[in-house]
Amino acid sequence: MVGGTAKRPPRPTGEAVLEIDGLSVALPKGADREHAVDNISVSVAPKEIVCLVGESGSGKSVTAFSVMGLLPKGQLAPVAGRIMLQGEDLLQASEARLRDLRCTRMSMIFQEPMTALNPVMSCGNQIDEVLRTHTTMSQAERQTRILDILEQVHLPEPPRMAASYPHQLSGGQRQRIMIAMALVLDPVLLIADEPTTALDVTTQAQILRLIRELQERHDAGVLFITHDFGVVAEVADKVAVMQWGRIVEFGDVHQVLTDPREPYTRMLVSSVPSMKPKLRGAREPAAYILQTKALSKTYVDRGFLRKSTVVEAAKDVDLQVSRGETVGIVGESGSGKTTVARCIVRLIDPTSGDIMIDHYNIATAKRGELHDLRRRVQIVFQDPYRSLNPRRTVGASIIEGPMNYGQRRADAESRARELMDLVHLDPSSLDRYPHQFSGGQRQRICIARALAMGPDLLIADEAVSALDVSVQAQVLRLLDDIRNEFNLAVLFITHDLRVAAQICDRVLVMHKGEVVEQGTAHQVFSNPRHAYSRALLDAAPGKDWEFGELLNAER
Amino acid sequence: MSQADKTDAPLDVQIEADAASQAAASVRQLNLAQRLLRHRSVIFGGIIMIVMLLISMAAPYLGTIDPAYIDPTNRNKKPGYEAMVQDQYDKEIQRTYWMGTDALGRDIYSRVIYGTRISLVVGLAVAALSVAVGLAIGLLAGYVRWLDSVIMRVMDGLMAIPGILLAIGLVSLSGATITTVIVAIMVPEIPRVVRLVRSIVLSIREEPYVEAAVAIGTPLLKLLARHILPNTMAPLIVQGSYVCASAILVEAILSFLGAGISPETPTWGNIMAEGRVFFRILPHNIFFPGVFLAVTVLAVNVLGDGLRDTLDPRLAKRI
Repeated sequence: MVGGTAKRPPRPTGEAVLEIDGLSVALPKGADREHAVDNISVSVAPKEIVCLVGESGSGKSVTAFSVMGLLPKGQLAPVAGRIMLQGEDLLQASEARLRDLRCTRMSMIFQEPMTALNPVMSCGNQIDEVLRTHTTMSQAERQTRILDILEQVHLPEPPRMAASYPHQLSGGQRQRIMIAMALVLDPVLLIADEPTTALDVTTQAQILRLIRELQERHDAGVLFITHDFGVVAEVADKVAVMQWGRIVEFGDVHQVLTDPREPYTRMLVSSVPSMKPKLRGAREPAAYILQTKALSKTYVDRGFLRKSTVVEAAKDVDLQVSRGETVGIVGESGSGKTTVARCIVRLIDPTSGDIMIDHYNIATAKRGELHDLRRRVQIVFQDPYRSLNPRRTVGASIIEGPMNYGQRRADAESRARELMDLVHLDPSSLDRYPHQFSGGQRQRICIARALAMGPDLLIADEAVSALDVSVQAQVLRLLDDIRNEFNLAVLFITHDLRVAAQICDRVLVMHKGEVVEQGTAHQVFSNPRHAYSRALLDAAPGKDWEFGELLNAER
Repeated sequence: MSQADKTDAPLDVQIEADAASQAAASVRQLNLAQRLLRHRSVIFGGIIMIVMLLISMAAPYLGTIDPAYIDPTNRNKKPGYEAMVQDQYDKEIQRTYWMGTDALGRDIYSRVIYGTRISLVVGLAVAALSVAVGLAIGLLAGYVRWLDSVIMRVMDGLMAIPGILLAIGLVSLSGATITTVIVAIMVPEIPRVVRLVRSIVLSIREEPYVEAAVAIGTPLLKLLARHILPNTMAPLIVQGSYVCASAILVEAILSFLGAGISPETPTWGNIMAEGRVFFRILPHNIFFPGVFLAVTVLAVNVLGDGLRDTLDPRLAKRI
């Protein structure tokens, strides 16, 4: 219990707030490895941000949950080591003691603020609940405290924010509420579990700045979990690189990012795409495969007995892609980039404008004509876990398209084997089911399925966004090889500027449904003209670091 | 070329993939039938249902006599009553009335055993028909957007009709046949199935793999059959079992109210309706058909729960 004045307990300077020493957490029997976290040691000093970085399944989150005492009961249990929070071993602490410590001495913020907040309580009440549980403050004191912390996280009009419910706020605002809730009792340790992963890049930059600022003001130590090396470069003082539950490297951020000692770290860091566009040889102009003219998609929500609302998801989009060229569309969520892609594939019907494939217009094509045109445009989606039918073998998925167009099964199957080979998968695994493949492998299968149609244009809709950075690098390389080999036109849609810089010849920047800037990748990245493009590039985390470049040059 | 993959992909990708395929293998070893047979409520409900099915099929060989045979000399006898009766070869034999007789001297045991047939036929037919009709309508409503609001308003209308009233109306219009009763019970069940199927279709149609199938030119019927229909099967089987249980109950209620199958046909509801008058002094008239009804409905419901646990991955416990 913290008293009404909530005096911070005196802390010996220089001593670590959090010291994890030889922690091991056992996985249930039958898992792919024995320990989720295996003999790790990390310490966090006051005013210090320590990043835990690693690919999915490396044990980052398990570490965070162990500290908070939030491991799922009966499935994961710490079996060795100590977790010292200011000299107190959390693994020995009782459940009641842990409950007291949470929010007062250690707090956590999560990846998805919408699910972490209670949707039926106003934000102010949720912060109030923390204060009521842990302090003896009066109603008036609590109210001032809430408004004060909302002010600190730079939310406009704190009284209005306190009265509003989570669904009325934007993702960034919700994350600010989470941070306010975490810091309202001045904890000495803040654990941030991928706090910006669900946010747009410009919002992410603001939240990262906010965490830095508050952590300094509150003298808190931060254990920051992320998979994004850009974010690491932006916020970290120290970095711990995790792989298979072990810490492979722990050191100063500068040393780890520029001079990694371990080969695994080196591989990871060199997989991070550089913000500097690759210089590609100038290509002789080819005829456009895809050309959209004033493509627009408007959603009208016609209300019964109420005003109808109109949303312009895409407005007058003109874009051209020619053979052998990769054109990127970058923008934040809601910018309309996916709408454009779905219109081109005619998964949705555009409201107006033309989509020309050669001299055929997809936008107005009727059923039979559309059926013929579908073969020429193929799409690869973001989520590799949902883009293959779980009940069908990958072989069945790949041959389905060609067979829809009258190809014989035997021909389609032999082509499928060739394609599996092409995407670097074992052709004999065609009769397996999607759940037997990893995310990166599934994305390769999706690419094979698209290629089986023999398309002229391949649309990659955030196709590498869900992948770990090392797998991402491989899939990007594969896409580039395929473009070369088949002389494909590729429309690459992404929110990740680094990826766009690496793979695109030309880039379009979209904002609120409109194309605000387009040009060669080099032009847009080195000399953005539109204010929004500049803001977007400015917000990219770790933009001053040349991850890939540096290490590739060394090799 | 798999060799190329091995060198190309970093080690952890390989291991991730291997682990995934191993996990898959262990799941596959337990196929659906085996998983069903490991579930206690499936075994319990299944065995009772199989017994009921056997009873209904073997009704003439279970020591029964004609369930409609009226014997004025043996009226209102208690269970265990013994009498000399004529068998089908006009031979006098000693017969025990294990469940007694009713006010017309009919053998309750024979009537209950033969009643099993009606109950099962009504239950299974209503379940199968309402699921089939509901599935077709639900797929259309879910996938063909412009049909959706039309169909769903009709379904809302159907749901507003009280089932029992509809049945009474239909029976008085077209006579008390088993077909009328099945239709009368089925109609109010259809909207529930339609709503279930439609909601599944609405969520599945947004899945990227369905969109990918559209993009590779899969025609509508194939798309529905291959990519959308399989997702509706598990919840539909579960829903079907609940429909079956409720249909058996509703049929009994209708018969009890006198709005169901005509009274000379032995159904559990009819037997109970006729025994109602002397319930205080001769409770066996209601007790035995009541027990059969309760056990059957319980078995179907328990079976439905078991099926839901094993078939519906969202509700299934993690293995």
